[in-house]
Amino acid sequence: MTRAKDATVTANTQNRRDAAQRASRDIIMAGLPPQAQRLPNERWGDWGADDFTRGFFSRRAGLFLVSVLACAILCGEAFAQFGPGGQERPGVIQTMLNWAPLILFGRPGEFGGFALNIVISFMVMAIGTVTGVLLGIAQVSTSVLVRKPAWAITQFFRNSPWLVLLFFTILLMPFQIRVFGYTIPFPDWIKATIGLALPIMANISEVTRGAIQSIPTGQWESSESLAFSRGQQFRLIILPQCIKRMTPPWMNWYAILTMATSLVSIVGVSDAMTLTKLAVDADGRSEMLIPMYGMLLMFFFIYCYPIARLTQVLERRYNIVT
Amino acid sequence: MALAENISVPHTGKALKWTPDQPIISLKNVRKSFGPVEVLRGVSFDVKKGEVICIIGPSGSGKSTILRCINALAPINEGSITVEGQEVHDPKLNKLALRKKVGMVFQQYNLFPHKTALENIMMAPIHVLKQPKAEVEARARKLLAKVRLAGKENSYPGELSGGQQQRVAIARSLAMTPDVMLFDEVTAALDPETVKEVLVTIRELAEEGMTCLLVTHEMGFAKEVGDHIYFTDRGVIIEHGPPKTFFANAKDERTRAFLSQIL
Repeated sequence: MTRAKDATVTANTQNRRDAAQRASRDIIMAGLPPQAQRLPNERWGDWGADDFTRGFFSRRAGLFLVSVLACAILCGEAFAQFGPGGQERPGVIQTMLNWAPLILFGRPGEFGGFALNIVISFMVMAIGTVTGVLLGIAQVSTSVLVRKPAWAITQFFRNSPWLVLLFFTILLMPFQIRVFGYTIPFPDWIKATIGLALPIMANISEVTRGAIQSIPTGQWESSESLAFSRGQQFRLIILPQCIKRMTPPWMNWYAILTMATSLVSIVGVSDAMTLTKLAVDADGRSEMLIPMYGMLLMFFFIYCYPIARLTQVLERRYNIVT
Repeated sequence: MALAENISVPHTGKALKWTPDQPIISLKNVRKSFGPVEVLRGVSFDVKKGEVICIIGPSGSGKSTILRCINALAPINEGSITVEGQEVHDPKLNKLALRKKVGMVFQQYNLFPHKTALENIMMAPIHVLKQPKAEVEARARKLLAKVRLAGKENSYPGELSGGQQQRVAIARSLAMTPDVMLFDEVTAALDPETVKEVLVTIRELAEEGMTCLLVTHEMGFAKEVGDHIYFTDRGVIIEHGPPKTFFANAKDERTRAFLSQIL
């Protein structure tokens, strides 16, 4: 009796969910941002790719973007009114648009700006992930001689301020290395990349260790009883199961890292932050301070928000599956 | 192929000769502690090839530990365990060679959730025994059919019922062509309806002459398929015997008390 009732309820929910998904897909196809497609009893509905697009173009996110930008521009205009007038000057929006290419792509003939921030974030994440995963595996090694140092390295870099690490790498590393007559240059942005990769490595190491330890011991035992060697256990059974668990925190760290790439401006890398400051200084208009940094904030937000959003989607989805 | 051929001669230098008429598994005065708690306090018994042994007893009596020690998943403190004449807890033993000969099925199935039923069965023969993939796949399909799961080849463990998962787990162990199978309370996590389908599979194995060690709470099943019943309590074997005499007239007071609660 109850079981039959439950089955009907499940079927109903399923039907409603399908209908809702179809509807949201149709609306997206029509190019309109759908709203309030959530199911009555489930706060978040069934999260999927549709929800991701829906979330990113949601009224909330749009409103936030527009309001921050509007505030910045209004502040600029307000200051402009009271600033030392007299001569003809380009408006706030015009000035922002003039500087945008520089802040996004760097000085002409040179690679920099927000594009450099993204390149640095990619490289840091690549280095940090490879080293971090290896360090994380070392943290669960059966050998104390491997486990303890790996733990110490992880804890050291995880608990050090990123900016201090950045200064250390910038100051300690040579600007070039000579190997067999070849000179490998070490520009500041490479050094900064390594500096940021250290804390990312340590955090990914912890993520990896946590994921490995969250795999039920039965998986180790059954694969052990099937005569898999420890390396095979990791490669074939444990790590493939970890990837799913690691993806949301990994993406979270990527978003955090991207925002932290603005730190490299302090050590003289011409990233978006450095160039924004240069642009403001070059204009010599104090009323442009807020709009220009507002624009920079927008760049980071537009890049990082979808990642954060997708992370949430994946978290929810993996929670359901596992 | 005897296990002794696969593995290095132990440091004693003693020639290893094991013939099928000798016990395939032999435990002598095995002691094992977890910290201050002694879970096995001198366990001895022999298993002959083709025998079906059932170990019963209250929880915490060390039944599962015996199986885990036989498969070298847990070290022992004292005594000796030999499988096909090879000392299991010899530090020089190649544990992987031992485990190729001893299959184990667990209470919680422990299938690999990221692989399909067929892949679960194929993994160990391909990666451990290095057998050709086509051959392994053909055998895996046969094994799945044998445990009555033909058609479930591409299902993931999460899509299978408990009983089905447990039968895949049995097939997975069988794919390694072990000489001995250890079953650790394989039906304890199943509901009564699905218990039967797993027990039928095990009975068929037993009838084919597979040496089986079962830790079980299914007294009816133990009575039916078991060649020999061992009753353990607090780390020692209290009583043992063929099922007919064991269940009909148990001598020890503790055995009788246990059986009266169960049956």
